[in-house]
Amino acid sequence: MSGTHAHSAAFVRDRMIPQEPPPDRSIGALGWLRQNLFSSWLNAALTLVSLALIGALLAAVLPWVVHSSWTANSLSECREQIKAAYGPEESGACWAVIRERWSQLIFGFYPSEIYWRPILAFGTALGGLAPVLFPGVPRRALYLTAAAPFLVPWLLWGGTVWLPVAVAFGFVLGYAGFRVVAPWAGGILGAIAAGLVPVLWWLLLAGKAAGGLQEILPLGIEPVSSRNFGGFMLSITIGLTAITLSLPIGILLALGRQSRMFIVKVICVGVIEFVRGVPLITLLFVAWLLLNYFMPPNTNFDIILRVIIMVTLFASAYVAEVIRGGLAALPRGQYEAADALGLDYWKAQRLIVMPQALKISIPGIVSTFIGVFKDTTLVSIIGLLDPVGFSNSIRADVNWNGIVWELYGFIALMFFIFCFSMSRYSMYLERRLRTGHR
Amino acid sequence: MSDTAIDRSRLTVSDEVAIQILGMNKWYGAFHVLRDINLTINKGERIVVCGPSGSGKSTLIRCINRLEEHQSGKIVVDGIELTNDLKHIDQVRSEVGMVFQHFNLFPHLTILENCTLAPIWVRKVPKKEAVETAMYYLEKVKIPEQANKYPGQLSGGQQQRVAIARSLCMRPNIMLFDEPTSALDPEMIKEVLDTMIQLAEEGMTMICVTHEMGFARQVANRVIFMDQGQIVEQNEPEAFFNNPRSDRTRLFLSQILGH
Repeated sequence: MSGTHAHSAAFVRDRMIPQEPPPDRSIGALGWLRQNLFSSWLNAALTLVSLALIGALLAAVLPWVVHSSWTANSLSECREQIKAAYGPEESGACWAVIRERWSQLIFGFYPSEIYWRPILAFGTALGGLAPVLFPGVPRRALYLTAAAPFLVPWLLWGGTVWLPVAVAFGFVLGYAGFRVVAPWAGGILGAIAAGLVPVLWWLLLAGKAAGGLQEILPLGIEPVSSRNFGGFMLSITIGLTAITLSLPIGILLALGRQSRMFIVKVICVGVIEFVRGVPLITLLFVAWLLLNYFMPPNTNFDIILRVIIMVTLFASAYVAEVIRGGLAALPRGQYEAADALGLDYWKAQRLIVMPQALKISIPGIVSTFIGVFKDTTLVSIIGLLDPVGFSNSIRADVNWNGIVWELYGFIALMFFIFCFSMSRYSMYLERRLRTGHR
Repeated sequence: MSDTAIDRSRLTVSDEVAIQILGMNKWYGAFHVLRDINLTINKGERIVVCGPSGSGKSTLIRCINRLEEHQSGKIVVDGIELTNDLKHIDQVRSEVGMVFQHFNLFPHLTILENCTLAPIWVRKVPKKEAVETAMYYLEKVKIPEQANKYPGQLSGGQQQRVAIARSLCMRPNIMLFDEPTSALDPEMIKEVLDTMIQLAEEGMTMICVTHEMGFARQVANRVIFMDQGQIVEQNEPEAFFNNPRSDRTRLFLSQILGH
């Protein structure tokens, strides 16, 4: 017996209680049901009402989805086929429009004999992202990561191979500029040189160099105009570029906003607040209508490139603010420990601060990315044929006039697949980086 | 507090100066936190700094590795004067180790990575060598078996010992301790103090802000009492504890030892 003696404060346990299993009621499938669905009368009632609602919804929608036509060539033919197959009162989905137009919904007016190029381009992009996203991928794949930014646009737009080579050479020049200037003029001037030299190269010489090389050694593939881009290919091109570029730019903006250098800080705050204060659609109109006025005459600045710049800018400002939240959540002691060990600013940021701040910000960053990807549908307003823009032109076709649900349903499903995978990836990442208590 | 026997005869102090502070003043905004600090510390000295909270003791040792900037006077560490020159600051910081009240381990890195990070990135030590050094010091603080865990999986006392090992991996000449046992459960204070005693025996120059008066008596060769940003009294531990000369010191000692 191990009870206390009634009237005495003194107590000595003579036997330690061993661990015992929990009562049956709280474990197993029954325990789960009891805890989560039927824990009280109110909870049980809510469970039953919800089940009834879900059932009613499925009963209404599923027949429409299943009683469908895949083979018709127009909306009216669809309706006849469905009436013939399921009875005169039945209405069903006309999936035939997806069958007939799916290649356009995916590729736009991209020439069908070279569909392999965008497919290879996105394969390259995913291959380049893989070693960044997953630790199990061999490190050698990072070469693909370095090549992808030049390879992918070349595959998509085609043209001479020397242009991407010339663009890549700009980065080599930037690195060389840093190595030459930094030793005698200090890191800041070195960084300015590293930024200025490649920009001058791209603006003034890169085009001519590429043209010259093309004349000496013509190497290239058939060029495809931006006007022929469309469908999900366009959404992914804009979305993926904006997402991959906005993370590093957002990090720099967030760091700049916290900088002790006044000018840097003012510029970063200005950019972030301006871009966040303006709707994306306005920025897109600026890209569409106004940007060419600020360019030197006779430069034809590609419309997709202009849109990508605006969307990237927009995403960067939001990412910067999300990361600022992560930075603020980091205890001061982490900065002090990094300082006390003698790490300089950039090493401390790269090794100590950013890994933790980014980890804290993952949910916010991924939300921003998902938002940006969905916002790419806004380009339909400035006349680009993304899936939504394309669905409008399909409905303008005499054969498919009046079709609504099937097209938007298909587009929504595709977007859901992309966005849901991003969301799952972010959860995987959070699990992988959790180092608190395992 | 700690009952590990310590052979005081093994503790020697050299004539060489490790840290020299001359007429140093510091303000937080308009608040004068450190007032005319003059202090010379030789190599091999074990200094304990004590005083009421807000007396500036933490700020003083944080000035020594420039976590805080002083506004006037002079601080020379290992022959290098602390000025705005970033090179000097980084040089001093890689010579001076620091242990914090809240450990400040890097939670996203394993224990081993915590210990090898600075040697690899600051000292440019090859990775293999850095790992060997880290394991040597982790063994020294008696937790080599935790090397591949993350800080969040360790107890407070273990984390603080890792923090000490992390500093030692940079092979510093001087160690600063900023209330290293104040955030620990009573059961874990001893293991950290034992590590510090061991370090003292090996001749490390140490400056400890602490309220562990047992440690001060046993290990320190000099105790400094601070109040209102000034050094009020300093003496050898025996004399300091048995014969405090200023009233302020006497009051302080009666408050922390009296209960």
